[in-house]
Amino acid sequence: MTPRRKRLLLVGGILVGVATATTVATFAFRENLSYFYNPTQVTDGAVPRGRSFRVGGLVTKGSLHREPGKLEVRFVVTDLNRDVTVQYAGVLPDLFREGQGIIAHGKLDPSGVFVADEVLAKHDEKYMPPEVAQSLKHKPNAEGGGT
Amino acid sequence: MATWTWFHRLASPPHVYRISGAFLPWLALFTALFIGYGFYGGLVLAPPDYQQKDAFRIIYVHAPSAWLSMLAYVTVAVAAAVGLIWRMKVAHAVAASAAPIGASFTFLALLTGSLWGKPMWGTWWTWDARLTSELILLFLYLGYLALRGAFDDRARADQASAVLAIVGVVNIPIIHFSVVWWNSLHQGSTVMKLARPSMPGSMLWPLLSSLLGFTLLFAALLCVRLRAEIIDRERTASWLRPIVGAA
Amino acid sequence: MERSVADFLAMGGYAPYVWSSYGAWCVVMLANLAGALGALKAAKARARRRFESAASDDGGERS
Repeated sequence: MTPRRKRLLLVGGILVGVATATTVATFAFRENLSYFYNPTQVTDGAVPRGRSFRVGGLVTKGSLHREPGKLEVRFVVTDLNRDVTVQYAGVLPDLFREGQGIIAHGKLDPSGVFVADEVLAKHDEKYMPPEVAQSLKHKPNAEGGGT
Repeated sequence: MATWTWFHRLASPPHVYRISGAFLPWLALFTALFIGYGFYGGLVLAPPDYQQKDAFRIIYVHAPSAWLSMLAYVTVAVAAAVGLIWRMKVAHAVAASAAPIGASFTFLALLTGSLWGKPMWGTWWTWDARLTSELILLFLYLGYLALRGAFDDRARADQASAVLAIVGVVNIPIIHFSVVWWNSLHQGSTVMKLARPSMPGSMLWPLLSSLLGFTLLFAALLCVRLRAEIIDRERTASWLRPIVGAA
Repeated sequence: MERSVADFLAMGGYAPYVWSSYGAWCVVMLANLAGALGALKAAKARARRRFESAASDDGGERS
């Protein structure tokens, strides 16, 4: 074996080794690397107890309620399977609207309401002019950010 | 073996010094044209987004910066591997030259992403998989540059930093697929995927132009830095004499 | 383009975010350009000094 071939194998070996180790590590920590839980996981109890976590889903249309004269809002987040009610007092991002994908950070209270201390808006990778969005509006699933 | 002569000529410092100088004016010209159209198209010609309005225009500087942050790293890693395996000094010079440019694009990707995330998502920063892996990329660049700087002997610096660059390349697919493998706040790819781009032509053409322009800009900056590296590495080679204006 | 200059500069209320993104790009790229050209100039000056010192002591400079 020529020295150059040896070096080629060494570099290839390092790459394969590091790639394997990284793959194993990422699969082992897959759950921890997830940024948010969906409402089904929340209602099934597959979320950390007594600790803050994130819930992500779509804001159910018609579910947004604001107490008159108060900053506090309540809305329902859904993954189209299960729902979680979110309570939040704070500034909502510009993209927040009914039907939009959002991610809330906070804790579950004993009654099953998610009390959020931060609400972020998630948008998808699709961009289009307002006129196009308008003409797509009557088609299903054409509007709103995905989760 | 005739097909390999171009590869062997790339191992010749005077040859690479010469061709990098010959490319430079063309790279500069097309960089200006493509970035010029990309930014003008993105800021003026493209319609606002239906959801994000004018804030989406940050994509024309953010996405190409992020693309270059990864392309530059792959350049460093591939050049370092070629340098290690074939003992090619010019390849090590390419790796050393590409790293600071890549670091600057990574910094820009993080900064412009932050400036986009605040008004749209509602936060400057969050620890999701995409943002975290891109931050790790910045640390890899800084680690690479620091490691190079820690050696007085250039050959040792080349070898040690090459190993770091090659090991770190596993982060590149992680950055790209982070939004697919894990749920995240960051959205998926608009252009860099096998499916059709998720934007109409009026928005897409300036973005593609900007992506190409940034790539050419990286190549142009790389040519200049590479020439400096080659001069430093060639010490007192006689072909340098007229170039540096020595008697 | 029916957009007025004032509308263009306002960026629909997102001016601080949009313009600071592009501004940051300009600053970093100018720094990149200055860094690259400066490195080339410095490398040429170092090489010139090497040749001059090699010529003066005729020993051929090492390291």
